[in-house]
Amino acid sequence: MVVGGGIAGVQAALDLTELGYYVYLVEKSAAIGGAMAQLDKTFPTNDCSL
Amino acid sequence: MRPRYIDADKCTACGLCTKYCPRHLVDQYNEGLAVTRPIHIDYAQAVPATYFIDPEACLYLKHGTCQICVCTCQSKAIDFSQKAEEKEIQIGAVIMAPGFGRIPDATLAKYSYGQHPDVMTSLEFERLLCASGPFEGEVKCLSDRRHPKKIAFIQCVGSRDLGCNNGYCSSVCCMYAIKEAMVAKEHDPEVEITIYYMDMRTQGKGFDAAQKKAESMGIRFVRARVADVMPWEKNLKLTYSTLDGTHSFEPFDIVVLSVGLDAPADAKNLGEIAGFALNNYDFCKTETFAPLLTTRPGVMVAGAFQGPKDIPESVTQSSAAAGLVAGLIAKDRGKALVHKTYPKEQKTGKDEEVRIGVFVCHCGINIGSVVDVPAVEQYTEGMEGVVYHAQSLYSCSQDAQEVLKAKIKEHNLNRVVIAACSPRTHEPLFQETLKDAGLNRCLFEMVNIRDHCSWVHANEPAAATQKSKDLVRMGIAKARHIQPLPEQTVPVTPKALVLGGGVAGLTAALTLAEQGFQTTVVEKEATLGGHLQHLSFTLQGDTVSTVLGNLTDTVKKNKKIEVLTNTELTQVNGFVGNFSSVLTTTKGKKATETTLDHGVIIIATGGREHRPELVLGNPVKYSDAIVTQRELEQRLSGKGKNLAPKSVVMVQCAGSRGDDLNYCSKVCCNHAVKNALKIKSLDPASQVVVLYRDMRTYGFAEDAYREAREKGVVFIPYTMDNKPKFKASGKKTSVTFYDPILRDEVTMTPEVLTLSVGIVAEGTEEISKLLKVPVNEDKFFLEAHVKLRPVELPVSGVYVCGLAHSPKPVEEIIVQAQAAAAKASIPLCKGFVSVEPTISCVDKEACIGCGLCESLCPYQSIRIIKDENGKRKAETITASCKGCGICASHCPVFAISMGGFTDEQINAQITAFGAQ
Repeated sequence: MVVGGGIAGVQAALDLTELGYYVYLVEKSAAIGGAMAQLDKTFPTNDCSL
Repeated sequence: MRPRYIDADKCTACGLCTKYCPRHLVDQYNEGLAVTRPIHIDYAQAVPATYFIDPEACLYLKHGTCQICVCTCQSKAIDFSQKAEEKEIQIGAVIMAPGFGRIPDATLAKYSYGQHPDVMTSLEFERLLCASGPFEGEVKCLSDRRHPKKIAFIQCVGSRDLGCNNGYCSSVCCMYAIKEAMVAKEHDPEVEITIYYMDMRTQGKGFDAAQKKAESMGIRFVRARVADVMPWEKNLKLTYSTLDGTHSFEPFDIVVLSVGLDAPADAKNLGEIAGFALNNYDFCKTETFAPLLTTRPGVMVAGAFQGPKDIPESVTQSSAAAGLVAGLIAKDRGKALVHKTYPKEQKTGKDEEVRIGVFVCHCGINIGSVVDVPAVEQYTEGMEGVVYHAQSLYSCSQDAQEVLKAKIKEHNLNRVVIAACSPRTHEPLFQETLKDAGLNRCLFEMVNIRDHCSWVHANEPAAATQKSKDLVRMGIAKARHIQPLPEQTVPVTPKALVLGGGVAGLTAALTLAEQGFQTTVVEKEATLGGHLQHLSFTLQGDTVSTVLGNLTDTVKKNKKIEVLTNTELTQVNGFVGNFSSVLTTTKGKKATETTLDHGVIIIATGGREHRPELVLGNPVKYSDAIVTQRELEQRLSGKGKNLAPKSVVMVQCAGSRGDDLNYCSKVCCNHAVKNALKIKSLDPASQVVVLYRDMRTYGFAEDAYREAREKGVVFIPYTMDNKPKFKASGKKTSVTFYDPILRDEVTMTPEVLTLSVGIVAEGTEEISKLLKVPVNEDKFFLEAHVKLRPVELPVSGVYVCGLAHSPKPVEEIIVQAQAAAAKASIPLCKGFVSVEPTISCVDKEACIGCGLCESLCPYQSIRIIKDENGKRKAETITASCKGCGICASHCPVFAISMGGFTDEQINAQITAFGAQ
């Protein structure tokens, strides 16, 4: 079980499924993404955070 | 599980409900700077892409009235009967990743936050900058919507501040302030931006370079403490004091508070429920050498809850935690996993009749309100190859997938064209449906009439409809030529090679072995342990030799790990999953070569101490009186009396940050504080002076920095315009520097002059040539994606960790090694590497063997081989090809084609553009 659906939680859940495990990802809000989804751009690639 | 009051399977995220919902609600996603409705979705790309109803604001759920949304929703997705559910689940391990919390408003109030709308937090400013923000990316004052001319950033708001009980440094604010300032400057080059700071903590990889760029863009950095911010006529008056004690004030239009990362609001609660301990700041309690383990076995932590950190480090910790979990519950691997099955793929021969089905989507009103969808659908009637056409309200909805499957079977379709939204988001969904219908997923072409037509030409419906017809005609022309492409997989040798037997290599090997993978560790020296062998104690008080001894013992005892000392990698052949390496072991004068087959490589070759002979323009001869921090540490942890020198001057950034090396080595400030504290504990009367540019004791190390100052260690900043000068004075060295508080030059002749020298990469260029992986200008390996793939290298199957990636403290090295091992174990546990069908393919007949493609491929995925006649021919390495198309576009004889984008297909598309 991964508690928290921000960038850390999502990455952990993705890696665990790739490693062959069934994962419960628990997020208290209506969408995953956390604080990173609120960011405009990220340094240094200026990639859109979404 | 709280209810959304919307059936996720039915909701198509069309947005009609929000449009008709009569009530306003403050938009939390936009930090309260905009309004939304009780029924909404936070942002268009939210996952799940399902709207939800805020029960606290909904008129029906609160007062039993309204229900307008129920009749507006065309897909009947609104379901007020949903109830909160409790679920009990069996799990093997937990990863805690609850993130961080907000700095309380009370802390921000002294800067007039909450009293003046133009004082805002950095997150609010981020929303202002964002195209999806309240003003669509236009930066405006919230008070009167004017464009600001002057913006100030105040650093360390809610960090490094015992006033709000946050003694730590939040580690990310300096860098995000620079980013936001640069973005604001790009929006409006005229705007003047000043950043008020205590120390610029841009210690991350490439961060100092960003600060330099910001300076060159005209962003001003002022080392000062801000006393207060007060409303002043139309503006804000910011009062600050600089190091020399002068007070000044300056007017600004917007003041941005660079707020720190607080512990999550419910941290205590989480700790109690899950049974793990917190540290004194309510972040998760962990140890230096086990950074991701909470105090409860089986519960790991990752991300900002482990301590404030930025995105790449959070991503690294998450992968590392996943790797640890995979080792912990290795026996349960594969259990409970659901593997999807597909019907047998029907054969589509080259000469078979082309039967195209065209589906044009309304996307609710998203496309349908602008583009005349029925006209576009009708337009395809009679086109060559088109045997069926239809329109759908939402072609992505679940029932539309069923219709699509049924129509494929009914009309025996062997090509599908969908004119709807973006393939970036929806192509995988439709391809999945094709597979479910027994078609190869590449027999699919998507036409984007939403982004390219209804969105960009929202005010010209006739032109948008005409353009839709053109695009659909072109899509059909291409579809006539598309061919099924094979789903390829390449088998993997389930073994790993780890280069380097330092803490990074050993940790990586252990993380792999605990998951059950055979691992070979190659160390060029005679002993394991790397640089950790030269360290004695940590800032947190660990005894390094004990920890390292345990680690090497565990590695040596592990049957899955083979350790080869005095050994170097001399040759590598192959590609991801199928490497074959030559390892050369030197014993005395005798060198033996062994060949090893393995599936992945982890580079953990480390770095070494930089020993500059010129420091800040002063020639340096190392002796007992001039030492590096490492040498001082050795002296301090020795045996006997008088270990602590009576007086020490430490010079930070000796040879770093533009002095000799261009970067910050991240560890030297902590090292200086660690040694200074040790001296003070051995002899409180010792005099320790630290000359620094920015003290970068980020994260919880700030506590140690504060402690050092409290214990009488003197910290004095210097600038590159006024560098300290060294002068030999007998056996000792005098140091002359400018003291900004005394406003005068001071000369000291310490017993020991200690240089905080940086870390340089070692041997990365040789490995870069062997493995064809890139290094950056500072000779450290360049990761595949700085933010999101921080331990992978651009060449598939090659991973990096430790000092070979960039300088960093041991805690971060351990995490990175665990993450690299976790990533490397993905192909090992799968047993195969799957290959995207859209990769390059060489026509061997046409190829002239010029080798241009090989030299250009950024992923080393195309190579020149000799064919049976001894002629040079190019060959794609399917396992690592990323399908970028560089080779195909450069081939002088058009011998390379890209699956799904052949010249024939593209030419057909272009020809169809000209035809009416």
